[in-house]
Amino acid sequence: MLLEYFQMIDVVEDLDPDNGKIVARADVPMKSTVFEGHFPGSPLVPGVLLIETMAQASGFMLLSRMKFEKMPFLANVTSAKMRTFVEPGEVLRVEAELEHDGSGFAATKARISRDGKKICDSKLMFRIMPFPNDTLKNNMLDRYSQIRQSSTG
Amino acid sequence: MATTFEAVAEIISETSDIPLEEITPEKNAFTDLGIDSLDFLDIAFAIDKNFGIKIPLEKWTEELNENKASVDEYFILSKLCTRIDELIAAKDA
Repeated sequence: MLLEYFQMIDVVEDLDPDNGKIVARADVPMKSTVFEGHFPGSPLVPGVLLIETMAQASGFMLLSRMKFEKMPFLANVTSAKMRTFVEPGEVLRVEAELEHDGSGFAATKARISRDGKKICDSKLMFRIMPFPNDTLKNNMLDRYSQIRQSSTG
Repeated sequence: MATTFEAVAEIISETSDIPLEEITPEKNAFTDLGIDSLDFLDIAFAIDKNFGIKIPLEKWTEELNENKASVDEYFILSKLCTRIDELIAAKDA
């Protein structure tokens, strides 16, 4: 995870786009400027960044499913539960699955766990839209290539 | 068994917090009920799940943007329900 750059997913460990499922890993860094403010003396990953992490796992699954022809934009956090704290250095398992493949939108369920223990879960909805420009599309393709390469060695 | 309109009205009321009695067949979801496009995603999601269909929102939006259709054609609730019934019939055919 590079929290400052919103790079939340480090490795895609398993991906089944046809069935709308993804399992990814997110390694929480030991140091980040985010921890200087959240919180001084007691560093914790902000809950909103955990939601972002679940959204990104969902997003990569949707991108892969759509063969990068369109971009999913987070539109609705229908629900989110933060069950426990996440501290620097932790290794997180991020799972997402497609709940509904609508026309111009998609809904997912996502969760984060650590050593089998639930950390948080959410229901998310995305607008599916054309990429606004090639820069974003190429960036998404590059980022996906990096995290997929990580998973295959 | 609830009619299509009754089920849709229930969905709209729950997702958009609009009193059920204000939701009538001649109302336009956007211009009369004040539902915005984000709220309508929730409504479309609930309708899709409830009826086992896929409302072609992308196609409708394209037609609206290209002035090939008016908002009333798709989003007056009686017309929306007719289109839902057509999608259900096509699914079951």
